[in-house]
Amino acid sequence: MTKEPSETARRVTLAGVREGARLVAPVLPGICVFAAAFGAAAQQKGMTVAEAALSSALVFAGASQLVGLELWTDTWTFAALLAIAVVTFTVNARMILQGASLQPWLREVPGAAKWPTLFLLTDANWVITERYRDRGGDDFGVLLGSGLVLWVAWLAFTLPGALLGGLMDDPKRFGVDLVLPIFFSAMIVPLWKGRRDTIAWSVAGLVSVATWYAVPGYAFMVAGPLAGALAGAAIGMAARR
Amino acid sequence: MSEAFSVSPGAFAAILGMTAATYLCRVLGVWLMAHVPLTQPVRDGLAALPGSIVVAVVLPLCVKAGLPAVLALAAAMAAMLVRRNELIALFVGLAVASGARAFGL
Repeated sequence: MTKEPSETARRVTLAGVREGARLVAPVLPGICVFAAAFGAAAQQKGMTVAEAALSSALVFAGASQLVGLELWTDTWTFAALLAIAVVTFTVNARMILQGASLQPWLREVPGAAKWPTLFLLTDANWVITERYRDRGGDDFGVLLGSGLVLWVAWLAFTLPGALLGGLMDDPKRFGVDLVLPIFFSAMIVPLWKGRRDTIAWSVAGLVSVATWYAVPGYAFMVAGPLAGALAGAAIGMAARR
Repeated sequence: MSEAFSVSPGAFAAILGMTAATYLCRVLGVWLMAHVPLTQPVRDGLAALPGSIVVAVVLPLCVKAGLPAVLALAAAMAAMLVRRNELIALFVGLAVASGARAFGL
């Protein structure tokens, strides 16, 4: 496909929802294993089945749910509640940048469709939507459809883990722990548009790794992309001189 | 069994707090950028953002996970370059990852 990237989404159709569901299929096995692993870990940390399911249904963000387990307790003081909310925010702060990168495409989408659908925004349907838009796609239903499928799978596969405990003895065996990184790396290949991206992405990677070494926590997920975006803007400005 | 389906008030509050924090992350960037004029530098920055996010999230993980991860990701990207099919790329990546680990790399 050699279409121009789509400037803005102009439609929300059932066909788009179906297309989103189809595009998300390759990552589903990885997502299901990840969900079962969360369910099992939640059970070991003393969450009830209902609590684990509620977390998957409402928070719906795997990495932050797992990190949240490290702070899980039986006695919830106000300080403990605040701490888990703040940590969740820092783990998921990359979504702020994902939303920002999608925003021009969402400009024409009515708020009644946009704000509820964003509840379903995750790494996987974000990268799927970026690729779809890069190929000229203009149907907002793709973000919704891929998000819905991910949500159902995530919730459904949290349950067996939470009920049965140690389902996955060794998630590394078939490289399951690498499914999402592999998928993301493959998805950015078609997004590469030349030397400008090479430089900007390299800056993002270098700043990210340096931050990861220097600062504990998840700051690298924000510092890296911001540096990459700034580099992209700077290269553009230099090129127009 | 009824125990398994109970939700304690504290746990409920914690999950609601996590939900609110996550939803804030999901909408904040969209909301903020709606108020930023799309000048050319902003467009250039946004254009570089998707790839930068992926590289910034994946690269430290590669450093941590070692050679099998690096080989798997490189193989998947090469497959994507040739075939432009994410399912094939995923299979190639996973095959290389399990192969590299089986060889004890």
